[in-house]
Amino acid sequence: MGMGIELRNRIARRASDEIRNGMVVNLGIGIPSLVPEFLPTDMRVMFHAENGILGMGPSPAVGEEDENLCNAGGFPVTLIPGGSYFDSSLAFGMIRCGKVDLTILGSLQVSEKGDLANWIVPGKKVPGMGGAMELAQKAKKVIVVMNQCDKAGNPKIVSSCTLPLTSAECVDLIITELAVFEIKKGKLWLKELFAPYDIQTVIERTGCGINLPEQIRKIAY
Amino acid sequence: MENLFGKIAEVDQVMSFFHDNMVLMFGGFGGVGSPPLLIDEILEKGVKDLTLIGNDTGFPHIGIGRIVSQGRAKKVIASHIGSNPIAGKLMTEGKMEVEFSPQGILAERIRAGGTGLPAILTDIGLDNEMVSNGKSQFELNGKKYLVETALKADVAIVYAKKADSFGNLVYDKSARNTNPLVAMAGAITIAEVEEIVPVGYLDPEEIVTPGVFVDYVIQSGGVNWKWAWESN
Repeated sequence: MGMGIELRNRIARRASDEIRNGMVVNLGIGIPSLVPEFLPTDMRVMFHAENGILGMGPSPAVGEEDENLCNAGGFPVTLIPGGSYFDSSLAFGMIRCGKVDLTILGSLQVSEKGDLANWIVPGKKVPGMGGAMELAQKAKKVIVVMNQCDKAGNPKIVSSCTLPLTSAECVDLIITELAVFEIKKGKLWLKELFAPYDIQTVIERTGCGINLPEQIRKIAY
Repeated sequence: MENLFGKIAEVDQVMSFFHDNMVLMFGGFGGVGSPPLLIDEILEKGVKDLTLIGNDTGFPHIGIGRIVSQGRAKKVIASHIGSNPIAGKLMTEGKMEVEFSPQGILAERIRAGGTGLPAILTDIGLDNEMVSNGKSQFELNGKKYLVETALKADVAIVYAKKADSFGNLVYDKSARNTNPLVAMAGAITIAEVEEIVPVGYLDPEEIVTPGVFVDYVIQSGGVNWKWAWESN
């Protein structure tokens, strides 16, 4: 996605702060997959995969991959103690019933109301929704990690999505390389700023109005 | 080995079930848990105008992607085709129709087909035109739901770790994925397995798919494609 590894890690590190002990978490591909690296080693989290794993562990060492133990993106993973395997029906039953506490996804656009558009660019890229609709609609909390702007420089946080929606009013938190935004009761709030950016820069690179709270935390890393 | 139920077969014996215009359902997720030998034999036989139903279209050279990439499908019902650019190209060129179904709903439609239910009610994609278009809605307890129809197939092909001669199946880790659902939804279900054992050799508690759903069991030679994560 044309973003340096440092910025990607910064976003992933901030996203990892949202994970609490005991949570069931589903991570999308790309930046979300970097999140586990930033979790304290004593934290107990059950990572969920749509292809039927609860309790995914880190990637195995080269040469120790098991072709029948892969994440939803098709890459080898491991299983932690307490982990389990099940079929796709159960994997999504868990999601629909709200057993997944948190999902961290990439996106093409997010609206100020929290509408998520991350599955299709009509006429260009039509990969299909995979499991994104269920996750966006039914996970207890939805965090989007993405660039502030697309490759052409257009803001990805907009007043109204121009791309087809994956799910309406579902995003709770947006983390970009510039800032952290919270969506509360249909309104977009600036919550935190990454150094060295200032509020003005964020406003210029956002495609809708932003509510500014009295306190905006600055993140130094 | 004794073949009490007549289910253990050579691959040649089951190839007569595959023909042009058939509805073929396949197990697997990104190629993991898809049956390599059956896929190669289907390609070899040259059947075309298939309607394929499964989670995704694999990669161009992995899993069902091999059949898709050769232009053998006229329609695919799947949740994702992103890992197979040839599938996207065929769709864009109008050479292959793609019906997208949200992943868990697709799994549940297959499960419904395999468990004797005509349809399911869901609120996934209710507000999404590309999902809800052309589907009936049903109101229950004051809430709206989409009616998602069950999916069945002429033949279902699955991959498992072990089968006994009754066709009871045991899967391997995340290669289970859609296989137990797909195994139930075929008028004929063929399981390609890594190991065939006599009845009584599987712990009844570990059997995931009861053999009643499986018509034929084929010995696999294992995966014969290179995974995306393998170097060189």
